[in-house]
Amino acid sequence: MGKKGKRWIFSFLTYGFLLLCCVVALLPFAWMLTSSFKETNQVFTYPMRWFPETFILENYSQIFKKIPFALYIGNTVKVTAATVFVLVLTSTFAAYGFSKMEFPGRNAIFFAYIATIAIPWHARMIPQYMIMRMLHLTNSHLGLVILFGFAPFGVFLVRQFYTQIPDELCEAARIDGMSEYGIYSRIMLPLSKPVVATLVIFSFVSTWNDYLGSLIYISSDTKKLIQTGLKLFITTFSADYAMIMTGCVISLIPVFFIFLFAQRYFIEGIATSGLKG
Amino acid sequence: MVQTSNGLREGRRRIPRKYKKWLVGYSFLLPNFLGFCLLVFLPSVFTVIMSFCNWTGAGFQEFVGLKNYTKMIHSSNFRIALKNTLLYAVITVPVILSGALLIASVLNRKIRARGIFRAVCFWPYVTPVVALAAVWNMLFNPNMGLVNSTLAAIGVPLELIPRWTASTTWSLPTVILAQIWKGLGYYMVIFLAGLQSIPGEYYEAARVDGANGRDCFFHITVPLLTPTIFYVLIMLSIDAFQVYEIVAVMTDGGPGRSSTVLAMHIYDSAFVENKFGYASAVSMILFLVVALITLIQFRCEKKWVNY
Repeated sequence: MGKKGKRWIFSFLTYGFLLLCCVVALLPFAWMLTSSFKETNQVFTYPMRWFPETFILENYSQIFKKIPFALYIGNTVKVTAATVFVLVLTSTFAAYGFSKMEFPGRNAIFFAYIATIAIPWHARMIPQYMIMRMLHLTNSHLGLVILFGFAPFGVFLVRQFYTQIPDELCEAARIDGMSEYGIYSRIMLPLSKPVVATLVIFSFVSTWNDYLGSLIYISSDTKKLIQTGLKLFITTFSADYAMIMTGCVISLIPVFFIFLFAQRYFIEGIATSGLKG
Repeated sequence: MVQTSNGLREGRRRIPRKYKKWLVGYSFLLPNFLGFCLLVFLPSVFTVIMSFCNWTGAGFQEFVGLKNYTKMIHSSNFRIALKNTLLYAVITVPVILSGALLIASVLNRKIRARGIFRAVCFWPYVTPVVALAAVWNMLFNPNMGLVNSTLAAIGVPLELIPRWTASTTWSLPTVILAQIWKGLGYYMVIFLAGLQSIPGEYYEAARVDGANGRDCFFHITVPLLTPTIFYVLIMLSIDAFQVYEIVAVMTDGGPGRSSTVLAMHIYDSAFVENKFGYASAVSMILFLVVALITLIQFRCEKKWVNY
């Protein structure tokens, strides 16, 4: 076989392998999507049929009548927006202190932050719950916002970004008589757009996808977030296959669009700092 | 006279100004630090204390020494959960590691549409686990699912077709399969970043010296990639010991106790059975395992990693 033929086979295998990976990655989603347009008794047929015999859209209107799906989505949007706000504000604020100011104990406090990275959430979730219950923050959205909004990873991420910004910039502003708060809000914050974008995307997705947090903290059905709400629906209507797939598709939509438009931030955030979604 | 009074005034002022600067510094940390203390730092310390106490959630705590730990060792729930968690780790860690490395090295070749391939492989990682579990459970439905009807269609004898999450032997492997499918993309992205940081000249030089593809992989790629491989290994192991959500939504530990894991045992003991002290003892074990892995990371980083 000639060199050219060998190379052709090689690239054929490469693309074949990658296409296979893509098919495996996407197949469950394709099945989910087509099932959501089927009648429930058409979901499992033998032989299996990919496309619905009769294409229906009713599932998408029915699901909002069967469960308070709009309420769950509203709750989640509320909690997610507040979480992102708290996280971005307190993380950039603390990161400024950690990277651009000098005071005794700064490094010791930062070390305490680092030391807790190795501690899994499950190892502290019980006392955490006790403390939250003492403060009457269980079964409340405020409690969830506090739970998610103070994730230490925000401080690390922003601090790392701030240490790359030259100190001279702050020094110059100090000489001009600007206060530290002024430097933070008028110089550092405007420069933080890329890191804030990464932070927003990551905390949005992790709050939207959260399951365990609201499972522990939210007990009343009307306060449930999307994931726990969807899970409740799946357990209650376990035979209503098409409707379950419809709920899944709806729960994926925001994440899908964020991923579509901000994929760069995701992949770069992971590649540079090993962030978890 | 003027000089001295000036000096005096400055001298009196200098100290407060310094303190004022410190105070401003602390004020920047304060909001986040309060949350950090309340939710991360104090709970971490309290877990240790609680693990030596008997607390059912109401009333006050009573010191019971090592009783929670001895109870744990004798608990069959704990032993099954530990065994399942170990099995989960032993399978997911090497499979995801090698699979992610394979996909990343293929993606690192000169190929078209790399961005699209990378994004598609990464997508399952971003999706919420509740939806994933629902669709997996339908695809792997023992009677009507796509997987089993395909297996039957290609002629696999009926008694050999697994009953997936409905059977005690296959329940945990099904979860593991789902996790491998979900997690590959994340680690692939990390490997791809590592691969792309290896300068292309190394390969060119090796090619000139007559090295083939396999030589290049084992003598250039692997040694230069060890920091990344090591990092992924640690992250995967830590993640494996903390697994909860995918098990909870796919099988809820069942059928029976066949797929319970450590984190689920903690959750159930604390929030279902209200045995907070006991659950803290189990979470101490989880903490010790993760701390041990992290310690190994710090110790061996210099020894294993060739920069």
